[in-house]
Amino acid sequence: MKFARIIWANLFRKKVRLLLTLGSFAVALFLFIFLAVVRDAFNRGADVAGADRLVVINRTSIINTIPLSYRDKITRIRGVKSITHNNWFGGTYIEEKNFFPQFVIDPENQRQVFPELIVPDDQWNAFVKDRQGAIAGAQLAKRFRWKIGDRIPIKTTFFGGGSWEFNLVGIYHGKRPQDDETQFWLQWDYFEERVPQENKGQIGWYVLRVDNPDDSPGIAKAIDDEFENSPYETKTQTESAFAASWVKQFGNIQALIVSIGTVVFFTLLLVTGNTMAISVRERTSELAVFKAIGFSDLSVLLLVLAEALAIALIGGALGMLLAILAVPGLAKVLNGLLPSIVLSPSMLVFGIVVAVFTGILSGLLPGLGAMRLRIVNALRRV
Amino acid sequence: MVKVDGSAGQPGLIEVRDLDKTYRRGGEEIHVLQGLNLDVSAGEFVAFMGPSGSGKTTLLNLLGGLDVPTRGSITVAGDEITHMSSGKLTEWRARHVGFVFQMYNLIPVLTAFQNVELPLLLTKLSKAERRAHVETALSVVGLTDRMNHFPRQLSGGQEQRVTIARSIVSDPTFLLCDEPTGDLDRKSADEVMALLEELVGHHHKTVLMVTHDPLIAARAQTTLHLEKGVLVEASKLPHGVTAGGVA
Repeated sequence: MKFARIIWANLFRKKVRLLLTLGSFAVALFLFIFLAVVRDAFNRGADVAGADRLVVINRTSIINTIPLSYRDKITRIRGVKSITHNNWFGGTYIEEKNFFPQFVIDPENQRQVFPELIVPDDQWNAFVKDRQGAIAGAQLAKRFRWKIGDRIPIKTTFFGGGSWEFNLVGIYHGKRPQDDETQFWLQWDYFEERVPQENKGQIGWYVLRVDNPDDSPGIAKAIDDEFENSPYETKTQTESAFAASWVKQFGNIQALIVSIGTVVFFTLLLVTGNTMAISVRERTSELAVFKAIGFSDLSVLLLVLAEALAIALIGGALGMLLAILAVPGLAKVLNGLLPSIVLSPSMLVFGIVVAVFTGILSGLLPGLGAMRLRIVNALRRV
Repeated sequence: MVKVDGSAGQPGLIEVRDLDKTYRRGGEEIHVLQGLNLDVSAGEFVAFMGPSGSGKTTLLNLLGGLDVPTRGSITVAGDEITHMSSGKLTEWRARHVGFVFQMYNLIPVLTAFQNVELPLLLTKLSKAERRAHVETALSVVGLTDRMNHFPRQLSGGQEQRVTIARSIVSDPTFLLCDEPTGDLDRKSADEVMALLEELVGHHHKTVLMVTHDPLIAARAQTTLHLEKGVLVEASKLPHGVTAGGVA
């Protein structure tokens, strides 16, 4: 601690430079954390996936449908505990920008398959009874300030187009913080009644629970074998694999995020490294004095590293503060496109690790230079 | 007593034997010091004079353990420093040597007090003990009232006195002063020299000083002349100095 004063005094040697460096560091780290949060949001699907759930889609692609008649055949396969089916509705609420995912669900089995999404019994019963009933995630309801009893119009260009009206009869909550609370559920019966003839009896995908997750590969194979060579061949995979393959569709975006993140990280490194290099070069003769009066090579290295670390930690703390303040706002601006934009504690720890790592790395080269400084040569440079 | 012929009977504080220092510049070898001998007893005040490039500063650097000789040995208070590892040499410097530089070399972002305290940060002294030592050193150089001033708030002479306080605060075996008055006006130079004389006369410090200025050198007890790396002449003052060259 007795050296803290030296480190502190050196930090404030050039106040404008320090402020600019801290500012650059804070902004760069904020950007880095934000990119990590977005990347995390893309991968969140795999995290919320149930280990005992399988998803059955049309082998051609997820936008191709499969017949509802498959349900009974799938249910008969050994090891299948429960099954539900969903459709993508793809409408908009009042304006195009009010985007959120709407799923047509099967009221009979949805709760057995997704037990982590909680709907109070009275609300669920109201939903089952009302063909035009709808259930919204808590986050979604909060976003549009909906309350139970509201009439929700959803416009769609699919399924014959037009405006569909729903009665909000329930609000679901996720058991875990990472659960998606931005979905809007509507009833299969109402959907089936209104869609054109060619869409009737067709569902988007099945989600099923199995008795034993260890049996999942065998069950998936049995399902796909069952429908092989039929007009609607299936592809069955675990929910996490499904989520991962979904994310793969954003492969380029992910690569872009990683590339930008890498550039930001190196910028961070260069900004701090440059400051430290200039700072050390300016102090060559002072460092020589330190060494002349008995500071060891290692202590000189540690002094430089501590200074770089102090810059990184102060800049990092500012960057994280910026992230804490800005991420919720940015999540709002993204309009629920990525429902899981959350700055988790682990992301903050990640930010600290990046800051510390950057601090040490940026101070290392100038520090090694200071450590190797020949006193006699350095004193001549006065 | 100071001798330059390697013939001292009793072991002195500083013993230099057959000291060579050769630099290589381009393909050329430059022999800065050649077979130099020197004996200095405790409590001596020795001035080294000589033209530029004669090896004065090189000798001072070698005596202070800042540089290593090409050949020969330097023994200080019984410790042969020429074969010490870099780490040991650093520890030895902290314990035995106080440096005073021409350009003061104070740390500009630290106060006079903090500058003087620097060598003590390497010791196990408590904060209170460090404070007591620093205040004593600053009182010796007459700057107690300026302890909270930064170097930029001090005159050149005051800065050099702070440097001297820093050099004596850990009570080293000897002081090495490289042109301590080289950047000062005559009045300030006189004050600094008076201080060095006091350190030798009253505090029994051993001081080795490099200077270009004959008037400054005359205030030392012994003046030795270096010319092209060889001690070729020494002036004898009342305390007794034996001059001699090295074959």
